Amino acid sequence: MFHRESGYYKTTYKGDMAFYPLPVGRWSVALIGILFLVVVPLFLDPYYLSILCLISIAIVGALGLNILLGYTGQISIGHAAFMSVGAYTAANLITKLDWPFWLAVPSGGIMAAAVGVLVGIPSLRIKGLYLAIATLAAQFIIEWVINHTPAISGGVQASIEVPRPTFFGEKLDTEVELYYFLMAFAAVAIVATMNLVRSRIGRAFIAIRDQDIAAEIIGINVFRYKLYAFAISSFYAGVAGVLYTYYLSIANYEQFLIVVSIDYLAMVIIGGLGSVLGSVFGAVFVTLFPTVIRIFMDAFGSFFFDPVIQAQVTAQFRLILFGALIMFFLVVEPEGLNRLWLNIRNYFRVWPFSY
Amino acid sequence: MRRLDKLLFGAGLALAAAGAATSAGAAEIVIGLQCDRTGPTQTVGTFLCPGYHDYVSLVNSKGGVEGNMIKPLEIDHEYKVPAGVEAYALHKKEGAVLISLYGTPHTQALTQKLTEDKIPGTSPGFGTAAAANGENFPYIFPIAASYWSQASAGVEYVRTQLGGDLKGKKIAYIYYDNPAGREPLPVLHKLRDRLGFELKEFAVPPPGIEMSAQVLDITRRFRADFVLSHLFGRAPSVSMKEFKRAGYPLEQVLGFVWAGGEADIAAAGGFDRVEGYSAMQFAGVGSDYPVLDEIRAMYKADGKDPPEAMASTVYYNRGVFVAAIHLKAIENAIKAKGSADITGEDVKNGFEQISGFTLGGLVPPMEITGFDHEGGGWVRIFQVKDAKFVPVTDWFQGYRDAVVELLKEDASRQ
Repeated sequence: MFHRESGYYKTTYKGDMAFYPLPVGRWSVALIGILFLVVVPLFLDPYYLSILCLISIAIVGALGLNILLGYTGQISIGHAAFMSVGAYTAANLITKLDWPFWLAVPSGGIMAAAVGVLVGIPSLRIKGLYLAIATLAAQFIIEWVINHTPAISGGVQASIEVPRPTFFGEKLDTEVELYYFLMAFAAVAIVATMNLVRSRIGRAFIAIRDQDIAAEIIGINVFRYKLYAFAISSFYAGVAGVLYTYYLSIANYEQFLIVVSIDYLAMVIIGGLGSVLGSVFGAVFVTLFPTVIRIFMDAFGSFFFDPVIQAQVTAQFRLILFGALIMFFLVVEPEGLNRLWLNIRNYFRVWPFSY
Repeated sequence: MRRLDKLLFGAGLALAAAGAATSAGAAEIVIGLQCDRTGPTQTVGTFLCPGYHDYVSLVNSKGGVEGNMIKPLEIDHEYKVPAGVEAYALHKKEGAVLISLYGTPHTQALTQKLTEDKIPGTSPGFGTAAAANGENFPYIFPIAASYWSQASAGVEYVRTQLGGDLKGKKIAYIYYDNPAGREPLPVLHKLRDRLGFELKEFAVPPPGIEMSAQVLDITRRFRADFVLSHLFGRAPSVSMKEFKRAGYPLEQVLGFVWAGGEADIAAAGGFDRVEGYSAMQFAGVGSDYPVLDEIRAMYKADGKDPPEAMASTVYYNRGVFVAAIHLKAIENAIKAKGSADITGEDVKNGFEQISGFTLGGLVPPMEITGFDHEGGGWVRIFQVKDAKFVPVTDWFQGYRDAVVELLKEDASRQ
């Protein structure tokens, strides 16, 4: 609509490999960057920033699951457990050894990756539903171990309080500072995933997802790459867990129960399997949905319901609508919000001359 | 694709309207109310939260607190921590002077934020027992007996039931295998060493619907003289059935505060099936309290029937209890400040002046001080007799010194 796609010639390999070959793409990314780096923190109330903080954490976690589920085709119902591994690893390192965040965050991720590889080993032998159950078992085993090992959980309460991260001596304790802190990790995660999926490793993942026997025949070491997928996915989960710990300043296993794993599955399925942007959409959708429904019901609910029962109705309505919307998306657009977005974009690309 | 245009436009319009409608608000005293009406503990939230709202409406209908209207902003967080954190941020934005927390992980996740923002939060019957120490947790108010206080009161009740001396007696502690379930253990160990009874612990793994082995162990092998049962969710009703099936007298089973709601009794087969079962309560049970009569009268004046939730008196009354303590703290804050322009800090001080406020017996004779944020850890035992809950003790505290000792130990550890 506003731009032409023809007439841009690439004369270097670098130009050919760019994320955004068109100027309009680069400009929009720059604009979005400015929006979230400058405009949003300057003008938004801390409340909205807190939502964005939660979304940033969810993006990191959802990207991790999408690498495993969307790109490699290996299902995992233990994502939240890997998050808890990262959270407790970092919490122990921070409180016992006083590690700064730039060491604690990657070590939480690495620990989660190690556990993820262990859980991923059965994936060579079992697939699909069987693998789902194996990872489900991992969820319960990890939960149990954390819950019953005081050395990990820090005592009966199974929760470890963690101080706020410090950045060059500055304690990040306001909502704006935490927003920048978390948003930086989300941005790194997004860029890293975009690069990963078009690298040698990412293409191997996609080959395994599409047809693992064919992938093996063309020379991909399926075992190794499946374990890579588990390791990378768990690394993201672990990092998300550490970010949670920093944001809430506590590591608690009750934040990483099986429902959270299901939430993350919902994110990548609603957002779009095998797409980076889809993970972002899914994370935004699942995190924001309860809030939007609540705002909507606060505004319009009183027309339909008695105030006494409105609170009850709002709460139930949200669950019903959430379930209904998942079904709606799966039926109308099985490829998720990402496909919906692409449809809109493609429509406006040639608008108003559709044919 | 024309439809898509319209759809997007319509969605945008709806959002804009919703935004406009929520931004309108008058100068009222705002309380942030976190609820769980849809999550794993919905059997509590669906009764507790209406109780809270009804008491606030009652006070508002009588002119409010010192002439100021109270506005509880309820947010249902489905027992999910991120939703609870977001709810807190919204409450803070709306200027809440007090947060009614719900859920142990939420309380822990928000403890530091509440302390930084100087907004008091209450955690009746959940959260960490150590938070009763107001010197360590200045902005967390359990306002009801913590698990430590419940355990010590339970032992005291067992002592009176077993003839005044526990030496050589066998007490079984059956608990839900999670942090909350294990929390009373230090108190029980301390009291075991002091009073010389034999204690055996029986863990029930989540989700707590299978415990026949543990119950058999308690009744046949260990042959407990008394059972303390600290279970949640579906587990209490299962435990009642199992003890009944094992032929164990339910008079010798005492449930902690989340193991004795009307819904649990109904799930176990009804009141006539669990005759003798007793449960500990931190708010009065039953419908014979003047404040509940006033709420019914308020509904009647509006030409409505009282809500169905009122029939579930255990949790409904707890909602009334929590609201009453909150409004009392706000009243104290307004009186101390001389104006309605109060902050979270004023309300914190208001809490610490609460004493001798019993609301016709619904609230224990608690006294909240700068150190003791649980107000003394009072409980009352209600037993199922003739198919209803009957109080079998007065409000009492058990071995307060043991609990205070633990609170101090915990404080020195940090």
